[in-house]
Amino acid sequence: MKPPRLQARDLAFSYGPASPRVLEPLDLGLEPGSFVGLLGPNGSGKSTLLKLLAGVLRPDQGRVELGEEDLHRIPRGRLASTLAFVPQDVHVWLPFTCREVVAMGRYVHRSGLGLLDSGHDEVIRRCMADTGVLDLAERRITEVSGGEAQRVRIAQALAQEARILVLDEPTSHLDISFQVEVMDLLSRLNRTRGMTVLAALHDLNLASLYCDRLIALRQGRVMRDGPPAAVLEPALLRAVFGVEVEVQPGPGQSPRLFLVPTGGRRP
Amino acid sequence: MKRTSLALRLALACAGGALLLAVAGLVGMLVGSVPITPGELWMAWSDPARLDPATATILLDLRLPRVLLGMLVGASLALAGSGFQGILRNPLADPYIVGTSAGAALGATLAIVLHLPSPLPWLSPVPALAFLGALGAMLAVYRLARIGNTLPVETFLLAGVVVGSFAGAMVSFLMTMAHEDLPRVVFWLMGSLGQADASRVALVSPYLLIGGVALYLLSPALNLASMGDEVAWSLGVDVERLKIRVILAGSLVTAAAVSASGLIGFLGLLVPHLARMLVGPDHRVLMPASALGGAAFLVMADTVARTVGAPQEIPVGVVTAMVGAPFFFWLLHRRKGLS
Repeated sequence: MKPPRLQARDLAFSYGPASPRVLEPLDLGLEPGSFVGLLGPNGSGKSTLLKLLAGVLRPDQGRVELGEEDLHRIPRGRLASTLAFVPQDVHVWLPFTCREVVAMGRYVHRSGLGLLDSGHDEVIRRCMADTGVLDLAERRITEVSGGEAQRVRIAQALAQEARILVLDEPTSHLDISFQVEVMDLLSRLNRTRGMTVLAALHDLNLASLYCDRLIALRQGRVMRDGPPAAVLEPALLRAVFGVEVEVQPGPGQSPRLFLVPTGGRRP
Repeated sequence: MKRTSLALRLALACAGGALLLAVAGLVGMLVGSVPITPGELWMAWSDPARLDPATATILLDLRLPRVLLGMLVGASLALAGSGFQGILRNPLADPYIVGTSAGAALGATLAIVLHLPSPLPWLSPVPALAFLGALGAMLAVYRLARIGNTLPVETFLLAGVVVGSFAGAMVSFLMTMAHEDLPRVVFWLMGSLGQADASRVALVSPYLLIGGVALYLLSPALNLASMGDEVAWSLGVDVERLKIRVILAGSLVTAAAVSASGLIGFLGLLVPHLARMLVGPDHRVLMPASALGGAAFLVMADTVARTVGAPQEIPVGVVTAMVGAPFFFWLLHRRKGLS
């Protein structure tokens, strides 16, 4: 089943009435089945935008629509079965096993009162296999490495079987092989199951490799929004990140780019 | 490590807890300043008419309500502690964190010092006013901490401290005025099951029953809350509603327990940690394990409290704190060594 369209209308946000706006009013639509990368320097409002779109934060102004509905009015259970969100850093204080953590993703699909979990083993196993965390099943989440915990969290979000996946820097704690593995997985879910994927990414090369659309944010404003080749160009990256880069066509198909930094951050 | 199913872990925890509780209950009935033989206990059950009247009084009018009240209060405090630690994600949270203890203390002190009549006809003045004080403090904390539709953890803890300090100051003030009533106030503040009777058992039972069922039903969501508000939210838990429900259930259970027995410290902090070590963090197993463990723990502590210096009784709160504090230190130290 196709995911509903996610649409931000005139969306703005600040953390408290006296604080400056983190996000200037913006309009943004996510087509069902697209793979969108959100770029921007630290503090540009990426996480805030993701949290607004995932329903974790409420907007000061404007609204987010999921299909025809106001996303912030949809009951938690129904929203969680449509949209899954993986925040950047998760601290679990109780020593649940990694399998138990992934099983929590089945909460929206619980039968009865959720007092006994049965009948979810197959989904849980598949999600753990997809993210390469089957070996960690009986390890405590409090005792695995940051990268392993990150993959467990992604497995947990997958267990929700939602059709829209919103991830805040899903590759940040991962080494290069798992970065590629997680991006491959997201890309596979996107292509084969038609899931909408929206991810904040710091690695511009990965973004160009996997996303079919990129949105560049700076100081809460959309600086550019389009296919990778249109966004990843030296002048824009200078304006957004303040760095000099050289863009080279990558091997193989045309949208792949290699970005080589050639100069440091401008004052 | 092989995974044991939730149902099996739950069954094991309940069976183990029930066994422990049964042993604690038996010991609590048999041991005391007047020892009772198992035969006499059996006779009290099978043929009470043949029992010597003094023994019957000790068993049925003194020890039975006391053991029952100990079980109910212990279970209440441990359940509330597990709930508060879970929802506040704070291993140092205890049932008194909401200010119910200070509110109850103020109510009880007022009743003792000013010799107020009971506003609740079915209860004697001290538990009645303690209960009303606990409810009042809980409502005050809730009103202070609530911002719009949310109950932020920091404001909540702060409001608990503010209300607790204020009520504590009032208690101190009343104590300076108390004169001959001072020992009663002090004894109440240290916690005791010495006043156990049917009316106090009846005061605690319904709250423990309703609060316990509520907390158990909320336990799957409590598991998710350990991931943090944002994750729990995106997994489908209405975190704010959960917070309010857990705090309400925990506070009511605590309010009833505190008014029946005074301030029994450390149990609500310690037992959830012990239970978590034994059965793991899943609240669906932890809640029943905590309740049974807390019940057994308090009955045993009370047996010690009334036998160690017999015929003089030690407040049971002194026993729980004397056992609990070093044990808790060891627990934290051990965990620090692991990480």
